[in-house]
Amino acid sequence: MATDLGAIEAQLNQAFPGAVIDRDGDWLVIEASRLPTVAQYLRDEMGYDWLTHLSASDYPDRFEVVYNLYSSRPDQQGPGIPFKVRVPDKANPHVPSLTSIWKSADFQEREVWDMFGIRFDGHPNLKRILLWEGFAGHPLRKDWHEPYYEQEHKPFPSRWPHAQQPKPRSAEERVRWRANVQYPQGFDPDQWKPVPEIDVLPAAKIDLNGLETDQVYVNIGPQHPSTHGVLRMIVGLNGETVTSIYPVLGHLHRNHEKIGERNLWTGIIPYTDRLDYVCPMYNNFGYVVAVERLMGQEVPERAEYLRVIMGELTRVINHLLAIGFQFNELGAMFTPMIYAFTEREHVLDLFEEASGARMMVNYYRFGGVARDVSDDWLKRCRKVVDRLDRKIDEFDTMLSDNEIFIARARGVGAMSWQEMVNYGVTGPVLRSAGLKYDIRKVEPYSIYDTFDFEVPTFETGDIYDRYRQRMAEARESVKILRQALDRIPARGPIQAGKKPWNPKVPAGELYSRVEHPKGELGFYLVSDGGTNPYRYHVRSPSFVNLGALEAMSVGHLFADAIVILGSIDITLGEVDR
Amino acid sequence: MFGIGLLKGLSVTMRHFIESYLYDRKPWEPRYHEEWLRKRQSVEGKGLFTIQYPEQKRKISEHFRFLPMLVYDETPDKPRCTACGVCARVCPPQCIWIQRATDEKGRPQARPAGFWIDTTICMSCGFCAEFCPFDAIKMNQEHEIPTSDRDRDMFYSLEKLLVPVEYYAKLHPSDYAAEQQERQAKQEARKQEA
Ligand code: SF4
Ligand code: SF4
Repeated sequence: MATDLGAIEAQLNQAFPGAVIDRDGDWLVIEASRLPTVAQYLRDEMGYDWLTHLSASDYPDRFEVVYNLYSSRPDQQGPGIPFKVRVPDKANPHVPSLTSIWKSADFQEREVWDMFGIRFDGHPNLKRILLWEGFAGHPLRKDWHEPYYEQEHKPFPSRWPHAQQPKPRSAEERVRWRANVQYPQGFDPDQWKPVPEIDVLPAAKIDLNGLETDQVYVNIGPQHPSTHGVLRMIVGLNGETVTSIYPVLGHLHRNHEKIGERNLWTGIIPYTDRLDYVCPMYNNFGYVVAVERLMGQEVPERAEYLRVIMGELTRVINHLLAIGFQFNELGAMFTPMIYAFTEREHVLDLFEEASGARMMVNYYRFGGVARDVSDDWLKRCRKVVDRLDRKIDEFDTMLSDNEIFIARARGVGAMSWQEMVNYGVTGPVLRSAGLKYDIRKVEPYSIYDTFDFEVPTFETGDIYDRYRQRMAEARESVKILRQALDRIPARGPIQAGKKPWNPKVPAGELYSRVEHPKGELGFYLVSDGGTNPYRYHVRSPSFVNLGALEAMSVGHLFADAIVILGSIDITLGEVDR
Repeated sequence: MFGIGLLKGLSVTMRHFIESYLYDRKPWEPRYHEEWLRKRQSVEGKGLFTIQYPEQKRKISEHFRFLPMLVYDETPDKPRCTACGVCARVCPPQCIWIQRATDEKGRPQARPAGFWIDTTICMSCGFCAEFCPFDAIKMNQEHEIPTSDRDRDMFYSLEKLLVPVEYYAKLHPSDYAAEQQERQAKQEARKQEA
C-alpha cells in the first residue's frame, strides 16, 4: 500500500496552486521557491512531521534534491511522501534550506553541499561535513573523477581478455595522479593556506559568574573517543558543563556512494558489509530489499526465513554490544563488553559457517541468499538462540539494578520523541522516548508481517531507557528467532531462478528503508536500466542520529557527553561512508 | 536498599570468575587440550574463551573464504579455467587481470596465458568462486600470509594461484562432493541422450 499521492497532490494544489509542477513516477516535483511553505504545510497541516531522508542526484541537465517525508501520527505511519526539487542551474545551484522546519535537514543538507555543491539558502552552517574545508570539487558530481580513475563503470576492459601483467608497483605509484589530479582554478600551492578549522566555532567570551572569560573548547578524538571509532568532537565547556558539541566527521570517508555508482549492482553487496561493520547482515538486507523492489523480484520462502534469522541474530548482538560499550563509557571497563563479545562469537561462528566469513559476510543476493544452511546449522542456531536468551537475562541481573548505573543514567540525555522526530532520530533511541514506530511493523518488508512480536517502548528517552529499550528489543528478536526456527521450511530453493552476475535493473527511482538495529537504514537508488546504478545513496541511521547529539548533551556534564554518544550507538563506518 | 543491585551484578561476575577458575583446574580435562578447548568454546561452554594463538588455532569452517585460488585437475599446465572472464568482470574491486591464450595464428584459446590477482585489493568477497561457470576458481583458506614486501609477495600470478583439485577437495569437502555429483548427473544425462 502506497500513500495516495494523487490525493496529496490535489490537496497541495488546492492550498498552493502551481506549487506542484510535475509528477515523476512516485515523486512529486515541487517548485523550488515554494519549498519551505509547502514543507511547513505538510508538516503542520497534514501531519508529515518527519524528514528522514534528504539527498540529491546529478543529471546532465539538472540537479535534483530529493526528500522523503514520513509521519509519526499513528493513522498515517507507513509509506510517506517522496518529493523532489529540480535545480536546472548547474553552474550555481541553490535550494532553500529546510533546517528551520526540520533539524534533521542540517547534516543531510551539509552532506549534499559537500558532495554536490548545491547551496542551501538559509542554512545556518553550510560547511563541508565529510570532506575537509578546502577540498576542491564536489565528488558525487558525475564529472568529478577520483585519482586512479579508469572509466565510468566497472567492469574495466583492461582486466580481460587482454590484460597485461600488472607491474608490481606500490599502490602509491599506481595512482595515476598526473592524469587525474584536479586543482581549483588559479591554484597556487605557495599561496595556499589551510582553512583554520576553529573558524567553525564562535570564539565567544562567556560570562562566568560575573567573570569574563574565553570559551573553552576541548577536543575529543579523533583517536577512539570512547572506542567508537574515529570521530572527533569539539566540545565547548563552561566549567564541567557542555555548552556545545561540534562533531567533525569524515575520518573514515571513502566515498562509498561513488564506488557504488561505478560498480555492478551485484558488486555493491560486499561493500555494504563495510558500512556498519557490527551489523553487516542487516546492511546486505537493506540493500537487496531496495534493489528487489526496483526489480520486482520474488524471494523463495526458505531464503526469506534465512534472511530474517540472520538479521535478527545481528540485532541481538548489536544491542548486546551497544550495552557492553555503554558500560565502557560509564567506566565499568570491559567486563560487560567482554561478556557481550563472548556471545557475539557464537553468532559469528554461525555466520562463518553459513556465509564463509565472520564479519564481511556478503550473504544476501537479489532473490535469495548465497548459500543454504544444513540441518545441523539450524540445530546449532537454536542452541545459540537459547543461550542468547539466557545471557540477556544474565545481563539484566548484572546491570539493570546497578545503583551506580542508575545514578549516572537516569535523566541524562533525555529528549522527547517529538523533538527526536524533528531531528530525524530513528531506531531504539526514538522508541525509548515513547514513540511506537518500527519499520518492521509500519511498512513490513520480507516476511516480518508473519511474526508475532511487540514493539517495546519506554517513556523518557534517557540513557537508562535506551538501555532498557535495547534489552527489550533483544528479547523480542529472540522471540522472532524462535518462531523463524520453528517455521522455516525444511527444504526448498534459496534462490529465485538463475542468479546472473550482472542483473539489469529496470529504470526507476526509489527510496527504500528497513529497520536496521540502529535505526532507519535507507537506500535511495536511481537506475537507468543498466547494470550499474546511476545514483546510489545510503541514508545511514548513525549519521542522522548523530545530528541530535549536541541537543541531547548540552547542559550535561562533560563525562556524560561521552555516555550520551555511546547510547546513540553509532558506527563510524556508516557515519562517514 | 542501596547496594542490592550492585551485589546482584557482582554475583554474576563472581560466578563467571569461579567457573573459569574451576574449569581450568580439572586434571582430567587439561586446560589447553584440543578436545577440551572445543568443548569450552562450544555453545554449551562456560568460563574463559581464549586460546593460545599461534600455538593453538581454532578450527575454521569449511566454508570459510579468504583469497582465490585456481584449480587444476591433472597437471598445472591444464587449469580448469577457460579464461571466460566472468570472474574478472564480476570482481567488485577489479583485482583480477586475465590474459587469454592465443594459438600461433592469434585465435583465442580457452585457457589463460596470464592470470594475476592483486591480493592487496581483493576484498575476499567470494564472487569469483561463486559465479565461475567452470568451477575453476575457488576460495583458499590460507590466511596467515604476512610478508615484508607487498609488491613482491602479494601479487599472485598463475604459479602461486594454481592448486591441485585434491587440495580443493580437502578444503571444501561438501562443496566438492556436490559439484562431483552434479557433474556425474550431467554426464549421465549426456550419455542417455547419445
Ligand atoms: S570465471 Fe572461471 S573459467 Fe572464467 S576466467 Fe574466471 S576462473 Fe577462468
Ligand atoms: S574474492 Fe572477490 S575481490 Fe577477491 S578476487 Fe574474487 S571477486 Fe575479486
